[in-house]
Amino acid sequence: MEIEQLEKVASQVRRDIVRMVHGCQSGHPGGSLGCTEILVALYFEQMKIKEENGKPVFDMNGEGEDLFFLSNGHISPVWYSVLAHKGYFPKEEMATFRKLNSRLQGHPTTHEHLEGIRIASGSLGQGMSAAIGAALAKKLNKDTRTVFVLMGDGEQQEGQVWEAASFAPHHEVDNLIAMIDLNGQQIDGPTLKVMNNRDLGKKYEAFGWEVITIEEGNDMAAVVKGLYEAKSRLGHGRPIMILVHTGMGFGVDFMMGSHKWHGVAPNDEQLAAALGQLEETLGDY
Amino acid sequence: MKKYTFTEKKDTRSGFGAGMHVLGQQNPNVVALCADLVGSLKLEAFIKENPDRFVQCGISEANMIGVSAGLTIGGKIPFATTFANFATGRVYDQIRQSVAYSNKNVKICASHAGLTLGEDGATHQILEDLGMMKMLPGMTVINPCDYNQTKAATIAIADHEGPVYLRFGRPVIPVFTDADQVFEIGKAWMVNEGTDVSIFATGHMVWEAIQAGEQLEAEGINAEIINIHTIKPLDEEAILKSVSKTGCAVTAEEHNRLGGLGDSVAQVLVKNKLVPQEYVAVNDSFGESGTPAQLMEKYGLTAKDIVAAAKRAIERKNA
Ligand SMILES: Cc1ncc(C[n+]2csc(CCOP(=O)(O)OP(=O)(O)O)c2C)c(N)n1
Ligand SMILES: [Mg+2]
Repeated sequence: MEIEQLEKVASQVRRDIVRMVHGCQSGHPGGSLGCTEILVALYFEQMKIKEENGKPVFDMNGEGEDLFFLSNGHISPVWYSVLAHKGYFPKEEMATFRKLNSRLQGHPTTHEHLEGIRIASGSLGQGMSAAIGAALAKKLNKDTRTVFVLMGDGEQQEGQVWEAASFAPHHEVDNLIAMIDLNGQQIDGPTLKVMNNRDLGKKYEAFGWEVITIEEGNDMAAVVKGLYEAKSRLGHGRPIMILVHTGMGFGVDFMMGSHKWHGVAPNDEQLAAALGQLEETLGDY
Repeated sequence: MKKYTFTEKKDTRSGFGAGMHVLGQQNPNVVALCADLVGSLKLEAFIKENPDRFVQCGISEANMIGVSAGLTIGGKIPFATTFANFATGRVYDQIRQSVAYSNKNVKICASHAGLTLGEDGATHQILEDLGMMKMLPGMTVINPCDYNQTKAATIAIADHEGPVYLRFGRPVIPVFTDADQVFEIGKAWMVNEGTDVSIFATGHMVWEAIQAGEQLEAEGINAEIINIHTIKPLDEEAILKSVSKTGCAVTAEEHNRLGGLGDSVAQVLVKNKLVPQEYVAVNDSFGESGTPAQLMEKYGLTAKDIVAAAKRAIERKNA
């Protein structure tokens, strides 16, 4: 897809994010807005997905297609919107986000059988292990497609992340592209202050990863370019890590630049102000 | 039925925060730890007055438990705090080995327990924590019922030597216990004396039990209501004394019916005095997203459910 088209999708996804979070007065707009380019570029440009009549056909095993795992499950709104626009489930379902009897749970889950989701996430630090397992399964199945996983930067503080970080190079899981949303924020404040991750690039390199950086993670062209670059390095014995610099709350001026909008819903006025900054391109749900 | 009224609603986690504030001033050995959830745990007042006795752990719960265990070696009284799911299931073996088995004086303080965490959904709604924690030898397990009781319990556990699991929640609920109460670990609290059925409730379910008691009274049923704020050690004497009088029991908890308060009470009854018991608890399932009130309704944890359970218990007694 052209960059301009992808940007249009991103604008609609951002509208959906703030509307969903507003609709139930809970959820996580900050990280969702910051990761919009990543998820749109993945699903609308990068990933090969099994389709029939232009719609994804979802099956759990996902053989012959690329897979995506969201480890920082709290940014579910961005994923739900992207999945809905891709055609995994009806857009109208977004109106049920976080409400009773919904398939769009606060954090992604397989329990309610939402198409596109392959494992529950929300308890941080567990997604990369699952993605590595799925990548190993692909190798065993002689399936040459790629597995993607996104994590948060605060999430890097979980020990399990580093167990996975040791495992993947050791087992030469070179069909895996992991990404970190480097927004520099987490719940209690800037990541630097809460628990300094120091140089994540050097850490992953020391663990045996191939590391790529996307400096402008909210610039669609830069994200697309970075993903192609990552893809070109697959299959050489090492897993790939992309450090994606993003802005928490990107796209809504008053939500940007701090941790304050990590997990807060906008009120009516704030919603109107936010929507005023985001063009409706594909139609609101 | 004894009248219980309230003038305000508050969250039990704020009771914890208020208790920590007091402890910060009273006990120089108390150290607070948190894993990137300071606001949710209401630790601001403690941190403001005791910045050097607060340890921000980042999103590293396993490490937080281990560091807490280490802090006790040196006489500190660590209060390790996070959401109940990450304070228990996430770090079970760290608690088991470094805290319980090693008998370390660590206070594991867990907020957002149960379904009433609400919209975040099942990934965060732990309904198995009481079971996991009570199974650990030497662990004291406490689940207070309102703001005042949580504050009192927080202060009390600092003086108790040994590992403690203190469980509290997110939503605001009526404040109906005394502000100046002294919390006695392991001593059940008689909420209302009655003769027809014993209702043993814990945590958020105590207020529901009081509501149920009033409804039952209106139908001519005289319920005894006991607040089991300490799941372990369990006040067996209070339980047996009550059922000796009433002849049947209801247990009410915001927890899976497997492994929680209900099973603890059942064990006492089976061993000492077999009477009919009905469970008000989550029926071996995960939770989901929704408002706290919707979830309590859907999963059968309201006063109405306690009333129905009480009637079933009485019917079985009379059969
Ligand atoms: C194991 C675990 N501990 C704590 C939490 C609570 N929590 C949810 S999001 C979050 C902060 C995550 O920071 P980051 O990964 O940087 O995501 P961002 O805030 O940037 O979206 C925390 C502590 C959790 N979901 N899981
Ligand atoms: Mg972050």
